[in-house]
Amino acid sequence: MVKHLTRKLVSGMALAALVGIAAAPLEASAATLHMAWAQDATGLDPHKQTAFSSLRLLELVYEPLVRVDASLKIVPAIADSWQFSADGKELSFKLNPKAKFQNGAAVTSADVKASFERILDEKTGAAARANFLSIASIDTPDPASVVFHLSQPDVPLLTAMSDVNAAIVPASEIAAGSIGTKAIGSGPFKLDKWDPNAKEVLSANKDWAGGATGVDGIEISVLPDETAILAAMRTKQIDFALLNDPLVATLVPKEASLQLNRVPVLAYHVLQLNPSRKPMTELKVRQAISCAIDRQEVLDTASLGEGKVTGPLTIPSMATDPGQLFCYKRDVEKAKKLMAEAGFADGFSATVIGANGEPPTAAAEAQVIQSQLAEIGVKLDIKMMELNVYVDAWLKGDFDMAVALNGGRADPYTMYNRYWTKAGNLQKVANYIDDTLDSQMQKGRAETDPEKRKAIFAEFEKHIAEVSPWIWLYTSYSYTAQQKNVAGFVPTPTGTLFSLSKVTIQQ
Amino acid sequence: MTYLLRRLAVFPLVLIGVSIVVFVAIRMVPGDAITAMLGTEAGLLTPQQRAALAAYFGIDQPWFVQYGRWLLGLLHGDLGISTTYGRPVLDVILERFPLTLELALLSMLIALVVGVPAGVFAATRNEKLSDLGVRIAAMIGQSTPNFVLALLIIYTLSAGFGVLPAMGEFAPLWQDPLRNLGQLILPAITLGFAFAASVTRISRSAMLDVLSDDYVRTARSKGASARSVIWRHALPNALIPVVTLSGIEFGYLLGGAVIVEQIYALPGLGRLVLDAILQRDYALVQGCVLFIAFNFMIVNLLVDLAYAALDPRIRLGEN
Repeated sequence: MVKHLTRKLVSGMALAALVGIAAAPLEASAATLHMAWAQDATGLDPHKQTAFSSLRLLELVYEPLVRVDASLKIVPAIADSWQFSADGKELSFKLNPKAKFQNGAAVTSADVKASFERILDEKTGAAARANFLSIASIDTPDPASVVFHLSQPDVPLLTAMSDVNAAIVPASEIAAGSIGTKAIGSGPFKLDKWDPNAKEVLSANKDWAGGATGVDGIEISVLPDETAILAAMRTKQIDFALLNDPLVATLVPKEASLQLNRVPVLAYHVLQLNPSRKPMTELKVRQAISCAIDRQEVLDTASLGEGKVTGPLTIPSMATDPGQLFCYKRDVEKAKKLMAEAGFADGFSATVIGANGEPPTAAAEAQVIQSQLAEIGVKLDIKMMELNVYVDAWLKGDFDMAVALNGGRADPYTMYNRYWTKAGNLQKVANYIDDTLDSQMQKGRAETDPEKRKAIFAEFEKHIAEVSPWIWLYTSYSYTAQQKNVAGFVPTPTGTLFSLSKVTIQQ
Repeated sequence: MTYLLRRLAVFPLVLIGVSIVVFVAIRMVPGDAITAMLGTEAGLLTPQQRAALAAYFGIDQPWFVQYGRWLLGLLHGDLGISTTYGRPVLDVILERFPLTLELALLSMLIALVVGVPAGVFAATRNEKLSDLGVRIAAMIGQSTPNFVLALLIIYTLSAGFGVLPAMGEFAPLWQDPLRNLGQLILPAITLGFAFAASVTRISRSAMLDVLSDDYVRTARSKGASARSVIWRHALPNALIPVVTLSGIEFGYLLGGAVIVEQIYALPGLGRLVLDAILQRDYALVQGCVLFIAFNFMIVNLLVDLAYAALDPRIRLGEN
């Protein structure tokens, strides 16, 4: 068979050579970065898009007021400086006078006001709106100054403003209704062409206030199969790629000309229990599940050890050592005891849902958890679904348990208020809240002293791990692969590709 | 002629049936264009925000109202606007179709050029070692999944030889024929491999049947050469099942080869319809399925016409 296949391949190659294809890797123009990813952006409206690829594309074109750097510190973007008032109810910005939109117009306070009004307008359907509800009014004393008046102190607001979902768009384009059809931002690159699910062509924005970019442009190809991305990198067709699958990522270092960049991300893999469904309504049952799960084994088996066991907080400066959290060391005896005390000594049956390929490790995670929980008598039925079907069930809270990869944020309040506050928009998904969690979140929102904030969220983390509505498993890495002659890329926990603005290609 | 007109008259009815099934089926699947765009973040929308987005995507009305609107548009030659591309559905489909058509033709060419001679060769050496060899090769060809072969080809070329056809941007035939052929030859070999295996098997068995017929014996006894008996007398009569099989396979290929297009990153009809389903781009899904159904019916009709051409005894439309 091998011989037969080899003959087939050889004849295929001969044919290929005959028609001149094998000729060759594309001749990479020195100043254009050829990039690939498996999933394409799904739209161009920065206020509406939440898909990972959309955000990565749009943050090269649009800019928010501020952004976070690799250490998650807030740094200037369109705004040069900012300040909270003493009572925490006023946030003022000074804009960079050099900031210009790609249509040549200066970025003014009127654009900032119009952008936030668009986000807050319910008709827009902006997903990040929930993060900006404390904004009561916006003043524009002069073209370079903006003042946000808040209905209550809201420290995480500044971090929320660093997201490309809070990008500043031209007021004129909002009036023309062209946001989403034309991409006119103030970022380092202009979007010249977008052929959905096939290709994006970006060219350097010579007027960018951040200075000259390192390359003249970026061409992004959508190669849906990551094995094909790796193959295209081997043949030097692609300089830089975004990878999701740890299995493919671990192959990159085996290629002498390639380099793998990996950084732990804020997103977390989690087993969501549904505490509104029996027997997960019982604290001891949830705790038993937490004690029965060996998180390191889930990580090692499902993700080849590519990641780090995590507690609820994934932000490095805020996170507690997971070893100190409830039952992070597997204890099957304790789990069995808790099950017996809850009246489930013989176990129970439940269904766990997961999305096919999203993340690629979902099915494997469910399988490891299934075998671990079997040891305490929990019979898990795994139901894998197409992503959209999964999202629908997830949003309705229609599951016993769900394996999920949930997005992280640079601030714990912004990250979790949707789930763990009484007014959280995703309470229906979390299906659990208690007074302690709610009050810790509210305190954390108003506290301006960083040390005190850290202490509040450490308590929050300890408490939520103990009441175990969800079983946090691990954070994985964000992977990018590059040719070794690509220099200057800085991977960050948010997964942003913004540093491509300063990347150069060495000859 | 009457037969042809009768067949053509059924087309609109079948297409309307297909469109209703697709229209209802895609809407019965949980999730909609809003969850496809926002994912789990869709849970953060207020009811007013959700209503505004539903109106934007045209999913704010009951399905029968949406269908009525769509059908009315269709009668005016308008398949609607794709929410992903922001362009008329027909434009997007016609942009993708040449690649799919070319790939299907190329795969069929490979399958027929390899499969028919291999089948004839095996039939003439029935139960000999060379026949066994061809049958084993055909069995392997039929049972090797497309994606395995595609990945094997890509891996061998890139890791072993450091070459690979340019991926990402597709070059249409009329713009850069050489590059176009370069991009399509490997996917065509991948698809043609299993296709050729099926053609080989069916050509072999059809030839075996025909070779034992009286008229072949008569031809032989009249002193016709072995070559003439096989290629002039036997093969044309053995071709009918091959035409049937090729027609069906070709019809499938015109619907897009999803997995192969996915692996080789070819922007064909298969990937278009897959992405449209995943992103719940309803107008595009409906348009694509209708287009694919139409192609399938045309191919079926051509196959039926080919029967009559191959065998004058077949009179189409008669009982």
